[in-house]
Amino acid sequence: MADFETHQYDVVVVGAGGAGLRAAIEASAAGARTALVCKSLLGKAHTVMAEGGIAAAMGNVYPEDNWKVHFRDTMRGGKMMNDWRMAQIHAQEAPERVHELERWGALFDRTDDGRILQRDFGGHRYARLAHVGDRTGLEMIRTLQNNAVHRGIDIFMECTITRLLTSEAGISGAFGYWRESGRFVAFSAPAVILATGGIGKAFKVTSNSWEYTGDGHFLALTVGADLIDMEFVQFHPTGMVWPPSVRGILVTEGVRGDGGVLRNSLGDRFMFEYIPEMFRTETAETEEEADRWYTDKKNARRTPDLLPRDEVARAINSEVKAGRGSPHGGVFLDISSRRDADYIRRRLPSMYHQFKELADIDITTAPMEVGPTCHYMMGGVRVDSDTQQSTIPGLFAAGEVAGGMHGANRLGGNSLSDLVVFGMLAGRHAAEYSTASGSPAPVPEEVLDDHAEEALAPFDEHGDENPYSIQNDLQECMSSLVGIIRTESEMLEALDRLEVLKERLARVHVEGHRQYNPGWHLALDLRSLLTVSECIARAALERQESRGAQTRDDFPTTDGQWGKRRVVIRQQDGEVVVSQEPLSEMPEELRQLVEEEG
Amino acid sequence: MSEAVTLRIWRGDAEGGEFREYQTSTSEGEVVLDVIHRIQAEQANDLAVRWNCKAGKCGSCSAELDGKPRLMCMTRMDLFETDETITVAPLKTFPVIRDLVTDVTLNYELAKKVPPFNPVPPGPDGTYRMQQIDIDRVQEFHKCIECFLCQNVCHVIRDHDDNKKHFAGPRLFIRVASLEMHPLDATDRKDLLADEMGLGMCNITKCCTEVCPENIRITDNAIIPLKERVVSSRYDPVVWLGRKLLGKT
Repeated sequence: MADFETHQYDVVVVGAGGAGLRAAIEASAAGARTALVCKSLLGKAHTVMAEGGIAAAMGNVYPEDNWKVHFRDTMRGGKMMNDWRMAQIHAQEAPERVHELERWGALFDRTDDGRILQRDFGGHRYARLAHVGDRTGLEMIRTLQNNAVHRGIDIFMECTITRLLTSEAGISGAFGYWRESGRFVAFSAPAVILATGGIGKAFKVTSNSWEYTGDGHFLALTVGADLIDMEFVQFHPTGMVWPPSVRGILVTEGVRGDGGVLRNSLGDRFMFEYIPEMFRTETAETEEEADRWYTDKKNARRTPDLLPRDEVARAINSEVKAGRGSPHGGVFLDISSRRDADYIRRRLPSMYHQFKELADIDITTAPMEVGPTCHYMMGGVRVDSDTQQSTIPGLFAAGEVAGGMHGANRLGGNSLSDLVVFGMLAGRHAAEYSTASGSPAPVPEEVLDDHAEEALAPFDEHGDENPYSIQNDLQECMSSLVGIIRTESEMLEALDRLEVLKERLARVHVEGHRQYNPGWHLALDLRSLLTVSECIARAALERQESRGAQTRDDFPTTDGQWGKRRVVIRQQDGEVVVSQEPLSEMPEELRQLVEEEG
Repeated sequence: MSEAVTLRIWRGDAEGGEFREYQTSTSEGEVVLDVIHRIQAEQANDLAVRWNCKAGKCGSCSAELDGKPRLMCMTRMDLFETDETITVAPLKTFPVIRDLVTDVTLNYELAKKVPPFNPVPPGPDGTYRMQQIDIDRVQEFHKCIECFLCQNVCHVIRDHDDNKKHFAGPRLFIRVASLEMHPLDATDRKDLLADEMGLGMCNITKCCTEVCPENIRITDNAIIPLKERVVSSRYDPVVWLGRKLLGKT
């Protein structure tokens, strides 16, 4: 038997961003012995990069706001594909979770009367995002981190989970390795919470960090859990486009929320040409009305610059294709001509810094060049709306890795709130589950040995493939064939190429030894990345319509029948299998909320 | 358009190591981390380096570039002369794990010792009211991305390994300052600062402030005000008498 470190816990949380931290805090508070396992150092997870804010209908700026309006905006933004119950819980619970962060030490920007200030964002009817300048994610992760370290949670930093362990009863633990030493570690636990984030590294231009390789999606799939909505990958409309090395780095929607507008090379505010029927009644028709809306929400309608992200990303894509793009293949995002320099530096300090340092652009005097960047995975592990438990007993998921909440398109600001609302629920229910189920059956040593052997395979000297070139080719494939605009022939080609990449991955070879070896780490992450890429392509192929983040050139319209169906993905005998299931019916009182005119 | 470039990168582990030279190319607008990644992908797959956001927001990719502590993701290649060999070394103050990755556990252990935020009761509606002007200075400290460059450059610990036991360092002082100056916090951490965190050992050379990528005025806005608070509580005659009467020295 190989040499393993072993641990026993009631709850193991995989991932230490907002969802993982909030889940661990809750599980620990409920009395569960809790382990928090993360690939990076604590406090470096992707949540730290979130900029604009956390959406919660507190009504501090507009008293008219309440959970019902937030629910309506979320469902419409998600093109009605959302799990309505999750959207309802999210809208109802978000304000309390924001106040909780404040009780734990977070300092949000204030209104004149000393309450939490809220800013405008795409798809939200009222100014709704609690924020700290444009570094809200940092405030949130640090608040949760500082809270978590005083609760006796055991934190396993720079530790990667490669396999979930199961018994007949369900989950029995997790298996992984320390990145620092390369040594293996086996966790025995009746409950595991996946909080691993997204899949952005499957694409070439992305706002996501190296960690976003779809690990949780892969882990869940391999133990038989359902994945849903995998065709819905969000491309954020505004990523940096120049210079090439920063392509994809996020430019917060807060720029538009605070008054910035999109223009093409002719200087036109082109978004007025791209207002879809669904949002026509709630969107301004003239520039005059749009500009008035920033200060008068009662008598003016929202600027089309703040349509949901899928609409804006598609519009930018079309402008560039039509030859009206900026010099480096994006469009212009201009706040310099609309707000004074002090205001811009105060509201958007990190954007100011980022453009100044990395692109030699002073955003208080010149427009930014921006274009779509892969940002967020709406699809993920199918969970019970109230408990966050997956279809496998003892396996929970929260945050980006969970599916359903955001439907076909997520609204900005709804992710940070998702993390704390559902992180908390996952923590609570995982702790309850572990109490009820007791210690899991021990995992046979042969199984652990197999997992260790599998993880060490890239060191096999017979291999000849470089993991970095496989990742590069994968990103090229997904970006060009399963990107913002999709069509059947291209996706079929992508699936063929993915097969070749899988064969190449079987022959991967890494140099050196097990101690802190990024080449080896990537070789293992590629397994997840290739599998989720296939799930995305298959789900996208299955949905023969355009809706939200899924735009099909060969099926350009939204189809009413498809609006009642969800694409589900499972693994059977090692193969990815796609099926369709009906969406659950929304109760009448919620339906009325959604159908209300803007 | 790309240009040839030479980097000397430290390769090794806790047992020892050496600088190795790598020749590669760089193109317009690139930062040092881009070039490190190119070397990793093409010449040294196992080159150990930490990074996450690549936008100066997570504080993972700290290193010493030509002897100066910096974030590799925010250091442009055009900062260096084209014919210059750029030296990339791990942070000196922390033990090396491998190549450019160091063991920064100490900072996390110290953070656990700081008594957590302890809020006063909320207002009648269950929420808090605070004025922006009262939280501005604490928000400055909350900008800290935990890159630990300040810890690395502080000569109290950089040059005297023994001091790590008695001196918490600038990052931790920022953390304590953010709690001490938080309008809602009710805990007093002055004794901790003076007796366990070694605040008095800081002789305000401002090296930490100079190196901070977030431009936090660590010395002026955190350390000096904390020193003043400690002094005024310790040497206030009323507080002194109170301590005497209660038998605390």
